[in-house]
Amino acid sequence: MNGGRETLEGTRPRETFESAGHNAAMLSRLSSGRSDVLLRLMRDRSALAGLIVVALLVTLALAAPVVAPHDPAVQQPAARLAAPSATFPLGTDNLGRCLLSRLLYGSRVSLTAALAASLLALGLGVGVGAVSGYVGGWVDAALMRVVDLILAFPLLVLALAITGFLGVGMKSVLIGIVSVWWASYARIVRALVLSMRERPFVEAARSIGAGHARIVTRHVLPNVVAPVIVLATLEIGGLILAVSGLNFLGLGVRPPTPEWGAMLNDGRPFLRSAPQLMIYPGLLMSLAVLGFNLLGDGLRDALDPRL
Amino acid sequence: MKRHVLIRVLTLVPLWLGISVLAFVLSNLAPGDPATVMAYRLSDAPPGEEQIAAIRREYHLDDSLPVRYARWLGAAVRGDLGISYRTREPVLNELAARFPATLKIACAALLVALCVSLPLGVLAAVRRNQWPDHAARAGTLLGASLPSYWLAYLLILVFALWLGWLPVAGREGAGAIVLPALTLGLGAAASLLRLTRSSMLEVLGEDYIRAARAKGLGERAVVWRHALRNALIPVVSVTGITFGHLLGGAVIVEHIFAWPGVGSLLVNAIYDRDYPVIQGFVLFMGAVFTLLSLVADLSYVWIDPRIRFARGGRG
Repeated sequence: MNGGRETLEGTRPRETFESAGHNAAMLSRLSSGRSDVLLRLMRDRSALAGLIVVALLVTLALAAPVVAPHDPAVQQPAARLAAPSATFPLGTDNLGRCLLSRLLYGSRVSLTAALAASLLALGLGVGVGAVSGYVGGWVDAALMRVVDLILAFPLLVLALAITGFLGVGMKSVLIGIVSVWWASYARIVRALVLSMRERPFVEAARSIGAGHARIVTRHVLPNVVAPVIVLATLEIGGLILAVSGLNFLGLGVRPPTPEWGAMLNDGRPFLRSAPQLMIYPGLLMSLAVLGFNLLGDGLRDALDPRL
Repeated sequence: MKRHVLIRVLTLVPLWLGISVLAFVLSNLAPGDPATVMAYRLSDAPPGEEQIAAIRREYHLDDSLPVRYARWLGAAVRGDLGISYRTREPVLNELAARFPATLKIACAALLVALCVSLPLGVLAAVRRNQWPDHAARAGTLLGASLPSYWLAYLLILVFALWLGWLPVAGREGAGAIVLPALTLGLGAAASLLRLTRSSMLEVLGEDYIRAARAKGLGERAVVWRHALRNALIPVVSVTGITFGHLLGGAVIVEHIFAWPGVGSLLVNAIYDRDYPVIQGFVLFMGAVFTLLSLVADLSYVWIDPRIRFARGGRG
């Protein structure tokens, strides 16, 4: 893939930088013109569909207090498992709570948790990955062994075990997920930073006497932002599934807080008599994951059309 | 070749040590004083101060973490993973008794995944940019987006409750494995299908395929005999990893279908705060997962003669 890697310093052909791994290629594409990327994204119909779905769901989640017809926790004992009506557009659950309101507020909880998990894991992953890639040596070796160790497990299983030790609660769920998910980010960010380290603009910064901290924060990391955004978008779907999966097992939110996975769990006993209790939250969750996956695929293609 | 295998096998040692550290450290995250927790969980009547002190002495819980780790590791190596709080059976026995069921469901799911992904992946590649390809793309997208714990209930709803063809849960009868295997397998089929398709597309562009066509072989022979055989190389190697993920993914699916494997053991252990079992699960499954990825790595080298001979002497 990369023939000129061992060419002497300074005499490297230009293509070497372009082909130092597709992530680096992705970067150079981005710097070639941000408007191109946006244009390509808009022309990609499935990515646009993903963007619309995501925007719609996020808007509904944010607007839940305005849009929701009822308080999601208030029980109407007279209207248990009621059919859809003008008062309850999607009917009620087994405790007589408005299903639509619970779905809307549930989106808020699920999406916020997934986003929080994503940001925390990203922060940790980018930090570790940057240090590992930039510092190198034994620090790199030690950090990457930890990463290898975590990635030896299927992520959700390890997150589940950690949550199990910590006990029930959304905080445990988030700690469990974040303490596992960061590792995959760290590995990729490390590779990106490694491909940056020897590039001319970094050498230039070094040669005018910039310190390490300045080089990393001002020169290396800004160039890693674009692929990290793609990565984060692609991973949000997985995080939604993880957050809701642990909630489905009853390890996250406590009743009466609505959350997609917890709603699925609550609906289990009524699968035969009232399947809508399980169908709606699952549908919404799948839609969200699908939306983020389409958007992530589109972003990746837009940044690197060759993939 | 032998050297390569040996070195690769030896890398398991540090990895397993790491997993043991992880399992030990994680168990120390559990809230509460370990001696008190253990005393309460292992005795029927509320324990007195002496009992708690006795357990603290017996398990040397006052020692420093590294000392306790070393002692714990020594026991673990000899197969002593502690006693389950719930059943008061040795943790290793519990895991060993339930692992075959998990293995069975993962194998069935793998069969489902391969039966779905290989033919469809080949079809999508051969009919590139025609409707089978588009359908396969839509299918893989859905497969990656549907939560397995939702798909499971859709399948139960349709096949068990509405049609009445299959049992809802449990392990009774031959039909019991179908729904959990479908749930697990369909999710895994998505990524295998995508891989089969892209690998097949790559191979179909090779010179030897052109040669096979040029000598007048029928399209069927070209695709199924010449192309597929080579396209399968990356698929086989990923199958090993997929199998590991199926074993892991089985956790939630086993729980849903009340399938008596290590996955439902883990979930029940979490509900019961049966910490020794959770710890044993991490250690045991960590060993299994790393072993599987080793097998996948080695099979890749063994299957592909280009690597086998080119890398022959290298470690």
